[in-house]
Amino acid sequence: MSKATSFSTIKGDGPNYITLLVGLGTLILMGLGAAYYMEHNGHHVTGMNNQIVWGVPHVFAIFLIVAASGALNVASIASVFGRTEYKPLARMSGLLALTLLAGGLTVLLLDLGRPDRLIIAMTMYNFKSIFAWNIILYSGFFVIVGLYLWTMMQRSMVKYTKMAGLAAFIWRLVLTSGTGSIFGFLVARQGYDATIMAPMFIIMSFSFGLAVFLLVVMSTCNGTGRELGDETLYRLKNLLGVFVAAVMYFVTVKHLGNLYAAEHSGVEQFILFKGGIITTLFWGGQILVGGILPLILLYGSGTGKSRSAIATAAVLVILGGFAQIYVIIIGGQAYPLEIFPGYDVTGGAFFDGKVGEYTPTLAEFLLGFGGVGVTFMLTAVALKFLPFFPDSLASGEESSD
Amino acid sequence: MINADLNRRDFLQKATTATVAVATGVVLYQTGGTANAATRADATKRWGLLIDTNGCDAGCDACVGACKDENGWEGSGNPTTDPSWIRKVNLKDKRTGATKSLPVMCQHCENPPCVDVCPTTASFKRPDGIVLVDRHACIGCRYCIMACPYGARSFVHEPTKNQKPHMPRGMGTVESCTLCTHRIDEGRLPACVEACSTKGNAVMTFGDLNDKNSDISTQLAKHVTQRLRDDLGLEPGVLYGGL
Amino acid sequence: MLHRFAFIGLMVAVLFGTLSSSYAQESSVPVPHPAKALKGEQCVEPAADMRRFHMQYLEHQRDDTMRLGIRGNKYSLRGCVECHATPDEKADGALTVRGFCKECHSYAAVTIDCFSCHTGKAEKQP
Repeated sequence: MSKATSFSTIKGDGPNYITLLVGLGTLILMGLGAAYYMEHNGHHVTGMNNQIVWGVPHVFAIFLIVAASGALNVASIASVFGRTEYKPLARMSGLLALTLLAGGLTVLLLDLGRPDRLIIAMTMYNFKSIFAWNIILYSGFFVIVGLYLWTMMQRSMVKYTKMAGLAAFIWRLVLTSGTGSIFGFLVARQGYDATIMAPMFIIMSFSFGLAVFLLVVMSTCNGTGRELGDETLYRLKNLLGVFVAAVMYFVTVKHLGNLYAAEHSGVEQFILFKGGIITTLFWGGQILVGGILPLILLYGSGTGKSRSAIATAAVLVILGGFAQIYVIIIGGQAYPLEIFPGYDVTGGAFFDGKVGEYTPTLAEFLLGFGGVGVTFMLTAVALKFLPFFPDSLASGEESSD
Repeated sequence: MINADLNRRDFLQKATTATVAVATGVVLYQTGGTANAATRADATKRWGLLIDTNGCDAGCDACVGACKDENGWEGSGNPTTDPSWIRKVNLKDKRTGATKSLPVMCQHCENPPCVDVCPTTASFKRPDGIVLVDRHACIGCRYCIMACPYGARSFVHEPTKNQKPHMPRGMGTVESCTLCTHRIDEGRLPACVEACSTKGNAVMTFGDLNDKNSDISTQLAKHVTQRLRDDLGLEPGVLYGGL
Repeated sequence: MLHRFAFIGLMVAVLFGTLSSSYAQESSVPVPHPAKALKGEQCVEPAADMRRFHMQYLEHQRDDTMRLGIRGNKYSLRGCVECHATPDEKADGALTVRGFCKECHSYAAVTIDCFSCHTGKAEKQP
């Protein structure tokens, strides 16, 4: 056993740190401004409409929420699967899980038609609604991961870490299944209505969450001058590669399955070939940028050991992830409802039979980036006040307790 | 007149009295019954609509106009975000080329997906089968719009004005056809049905599907009818003849 | 249970009372004088009762009407509007209930959400 990992708060008084906070604060303020603008004028100032009711804010929110449960993975690997080499990163993993979820929920809440009625969302539950279930799952996630962090950070509680870690691991699996099922349970729409959404979202969370985690760890080490050993980095990047490949596997199965059923061939034609921007985002964003390129960068003989290549790969996974969620959310709504099988719709006042049009506006992006700002502001501030980050991640250093 | 210059001691006394009074009030209001109710949605009924598409003319939108007037949802000229409670759809058979026209509105499902997915119970089904949005509880999440197979619901994108006294409408909430509950509760026909019979081609029949002797039930017994997306098993209360 | 609520209520009242009474002494906020209803002599309950409990009456009946289709009971928001509407400059002189509600609600700093959906205009305008 090597010596125990020591943790400490970051100094957080240099100009870089202050600049970071100011930048994130600006993002948050602009997000709030965008939310106010949307709520004050009504959603007609956004690109969203009655065909595309969920837009870019939901892409951001779902990405952050999915990444949140994925960010917890490193901690789970350490406490649930007993891989002590991941232990030094477990606290950071828990922290990022909480802050990503907070950022995602902020966006989701501020996009509501009546965000002032939050109290109703919290007091009136329809237990049959998968959406209401998600509200419970998100609240529970905060509590359980909070307790989990406590067991990791208070010496007298360490004996409960494994138990809390297991609870958090199970909870996050249920949570992401719930998020996927928000779409998977929509039988009315050709683009959703697939129970594979639940496991697919879980594997997406592994990939997106780890990509965000990797970048945060790399930049924290960079910014604080703490060492990040090759061994730790390569372990994480290899894991990321496996997750990226697994996401591609699920995407393949989902689309092949849909192509097999004649009933779904319309929506598959739309996503894969005729969907315009959706098709472009699918092949160019999700498959190329989010899948093939990162795999080449992570495993290529020339790039696999380069830090900048690894960081680029993580960025690409995140961009591809946004594209993937955009294709799922917007693509699924843009494809028209099949209300009259066997008929062509020749006229309808409500865009019947027509592909839904959606042009996102600046306000929607600002709101989404506001959520990103919330996530990293909380992370940066938490790092300054509590010892989440190990003093060194140099190779050969492992936690022992 | 309330004395604004209460001293603290006075205030404490009054506050205590007020608290006790409020506590009593809670009890009062819980027992304050509804025994003298004038009308009540009747759980033995199942309201339904029958639309005979054979007689429905593509050029007629009397039902849509009547609904707009009755419920005050005239849009502002932005087709993608304007409200839509009822719409006319024109169809052409892919194989034969035969054409059809029909109105589509909330289908008032027996098993409504919008009610299942609503996180706050704002979407609900009345005892008599009418599916409604309780705007007091709607947070504007739009998940019901995602879940509805008929595109029957719309989100209020713009500030509302000139609402009808019987039909509150507010920005940031979801809305749809109410089957004119305010008229049904008075024993009147929904506005679209009335307009169809007076200004249109009289192809809409409204009535109680549970009552074997009602006009709608006798017609349903005679002719083959269809429910939209019957494969989903939602048991809509709106039926189409000749489709 | 009731005791606990009463206690919490008392604590809140004391807190706000301390704040508002000290504030009132300095600036003497004008006490509200809601206008008398144009129609009728007597509200559905005595005025003192309505002042204190109107929100509960309305909310209770609202749920009955909305969810169960029970209509014709006495505590209706339409009833408030029809009797208590007064000429409103903001609505070009039409009769609305805005002034009546605002009088006390701005004094008590309680935001009402009714008229974000319901119309505050009386059905019968002069």
